[in-house]
Amino acid sequence: MLLALSATVIVIVALLWDLAWPPLKDAYERHRARRALVPASMDGYDPGRERRAEQRARELLCSCVNEEEWAMYRDLGFIRVWGSLAQGPARSGGGSGGERRPAPGAPYAYLVYPHKPIVAYLPQTRELLSEYCVEFPDETRPYGSARLPDSDDVLAKWMALTGDERRVIGLANLHLPGRQVDPKHVRRDLWRLAQWERARLERSSPSEGSVPAP
Amino acid sequence: MCPARPWPFAIIALTVRLLRMKPGHGEVLLAEGDVDVREDEERLVEEFRRQLDAGMWAAVPLQSVAGRREAVMVKTFDQVPREADRVIFFPRAAGGA
Repeated sequence: MLLALSATVIVIVALLWDLAWPPLKDAYERHRARRALVPASMDGYDPGRERRAEQRARELLCSCVNEEEWAMYRDLGFIRVWGSLAQGPARSGGGSGGERRPAPGAPYAYLVYPHKPIVAYLPQTRELLSEYCVEFPDETRPYGSARLPDSDDVLAKWMALTGDERRVIGLANLHLPGRQVDPKHVRRDLWRLAQWERARLERSSPSEGSVPAP
Repeated sequence: MCPARPWPFAIIALTVRLLRMKPGHGEVLLAEGDVDVREDEERLVEEFRRQLDAGMWAAVPLQSVAGRREAVMVKTFDQVPREADRVIFFPRAAGGA
């Protein structure tokens, strides 16, 4: 009788152990994970430092570009830079397989996004011409990364384009539109830009029926 | 309005600041000085050369006569326009993926 009772108890304990052990182990692991010290930075990345860096970069960008360009970046997240070369940028591909260019003198512009290729387009038709993949890597990697803050990247592109467009375009890798930046996204940005400019124009011009101040 | 925007009526800058973009930090002040003071100018020229030797590009943000802002890329300190109040160094461009 005693033997049978003992065997039953052992079986019950074994079964309970089998059932209870995994959740107990998980609970213990979770407890340890909660109490573990998390390092302040992973691979040198400190979100607070990056945020402060971006804030500084924004102030620098703001102090360098035109007021309209700054407002554009602040509101839309990109800057439009007008092209100044007599011969516009190359339109990669284009069906014939070769490089084609817009008519000489045709106005063209670039959309400058942070850490994305520069997108060349024709403002009149909103035709996307090409993507210019260009980076400004700081190989000294002061905090483990060669990547400038977003606004510094935009400012570097803006300075390079307004200061020496031919050189930066010559150094960039030319690609078809859509290789990295979704053309739908760019077209939507161009539409947003048009809306933004219209609203800005309306704000700056006196409304109908208003009487100018004497 | 941008608080860091320089005074719009400044014609001749009193001092020139050399700034460098830095990952994880934003811009860093490398040197500052009056180009009319010989010691300051020498220090500025030396720092300018050091940055270019390190492979940086140098640009001077300016305001054109028409009021538009643009940058001028410079390769020597002599090329820095007289009215410039700062030179910004940034890593040279490289073709991306």
